[in-house]
Amino acid sequence: MARLRGRGFAAVNYPTGMNLGGDPSQALIHSTTTGTFVITLSSVDLGQGLKTVVAQCAAETLGLPLEMILVDTADTDTGPHCMGTFASRGTHRVGNAVIMAAREAREIMLEVAAEELEVDAADLETDGTGFIKLKGSEEKKIHVVDLALAAHFKQGKTISGRGIFLKPKSEPVPETGEMDPDSCQAHACTVAEVEVDDETGIVEVLNMYNVYEMGRALNPAMAHQQIVGGAWMGISHALFETTEPYYPDRAHGPTDYSEYLMPGPADLAAMESVILERPAANGPYGGKGIGEMTANSPIPAIANAIYDACGVRVESMPFTPEKILRGLDALRTANA
Amino acid sequence: MASTIVQLTVNGQDAEFLAKPGTTLLMALRENLGLTAAKRGCAQGTCGTCDVIVDGRVVPSCLIPVETIVGAAVETLEGLADGNALSPLQAAFVEGFATQCGFCTPGMLMSATALLAENPAPTRGDVVRAISGNVCRCTGYEAIVDAILDGAARARAASTAAAD
Repeated sequence: MARLRGRGFAAVNYPTGMNLGGDPSQALIHSTTTGTFVITLSSVDLGQGLKTVVAQCAAETLGLPLEMILVDTADTDTGPHCMGTFASRGTHRVGNAVIMAAREAREIMLEVAAEELEVDAADLETDGTGFIKLKGSEEKKIHVVDLALAAHFKQGKTISGRGIFLKPKSEPVPETGEMDPDSCQAHACTVAEVEVDDETGIVEVLNMYNVYEMGRALNPAMAHQQIVGGAWMGISHALFETTEPYYPDRAHGPTDYSEYLMPGPADLAAMESVILERPAANGPYGGKGIGEMTANSPIPAIANAIYDACGVRVESMPFTPEKILRGLDALRTANA
Repeated sequence: MASTIVQLTVNGQDAEFLAKPGTTLLMALRENLGLTAAKRGCAQGTCGTCDVIVDGRVVPSCLIPVETIVGAAVETLEGLADGNALSPLQAAFVEGFATQCGFCTPGMLMSATALLAENPAPTRGDVVRAISGNVCRCTGYEAIVDAILDGAARARAASTAAAD
């Protein structure tokens, strides 16, 4: 009896967004009296970091510090429309809508500043710390807090903007089948190294290497976090998760959380992940979506590594000890 | 059955409230005392997001009938920070991107806090063992384990500095 080692790889190309009846997200942005720019969205952040990423997009476009941006995703009844945060679309669709809204708001912000400073709006720039200043001058400037007060109480203006990003529905060209169902695709490759115990059938993932081409990583630390978390989910799907672990009798199946198998912190593979950046022309500052794909390539990579280790070709998830042992038995019978 | 008056020390402060029969420590913290950091995940002691420290030991508060621990000292996530100053572990979690959706974070931090109280210089294996009762569905655990080791190092550095 032996512990057999193997290595396998798998690659994935993944579309950003979807192509049902058109794929829109909208955003509104406005300045409060204190110069805080509120982004109103219906998009939901359930931990993937959308609020952080769209705040970065708005800060970059407005030329203001990140601390001056507040993202409000409070209510889908009253907010501008969003299809939802799924299909790896949030960063791309919502990010683009927020940039569009911030551009419009920036134009008005500069107009208000121009009136306050008695200069031409075209000669103004933002310095990234909260000041709008005359290009080449250190004296002629106004802070956005004073600007917001002036807009509200002197000039009677709203510093606001609207953002509408719509990816129209794409129909295939009948003659060629050519179409544009997504705006861009992200690409990744995973290499898994496993150890298969041919006595117990247990598979352990020892090492995992991931490379992602994701346009520009708008927040590299969060992108890395998403890759690692997704790879863990991939390992979980590949080796653990099922609601029917005691086939064929459902009566012996799990009934609650405590009987649903998932890998814990002790089942982790040593993980190395690399991000490659090739900005997408239509992405918000070049970004694409990688939300869903991070759980994909680990699964076939592990299946291929199992084949490399012991010759068993597993064809359904999860790759349980039972399936490995049955596969090994079949190989022995075939070779006998 | 009649409700009982329960006294506890919660995060160093006396707390006294009327608990209906069957009230768990988790329900008491969330509903009687308004401390909502500990979360109700599985409600059967397997996910760890309701973890708090009772008399020095980390326990799933969803399984503890509160009337059985009258007089106990309870520590929750709310007690870790000193005003706006985060504990070394909390700071390490923030800077190490060790949270995503955040639902497991309160339990992770309490398990880690209990670990460091007992063992200020844990190995990676010690950390893994300490959080093996805490389920995380987002991060893949790597960032959490790294953050706990970082938080331990920060706490050691802070106590060395305080001693000097």
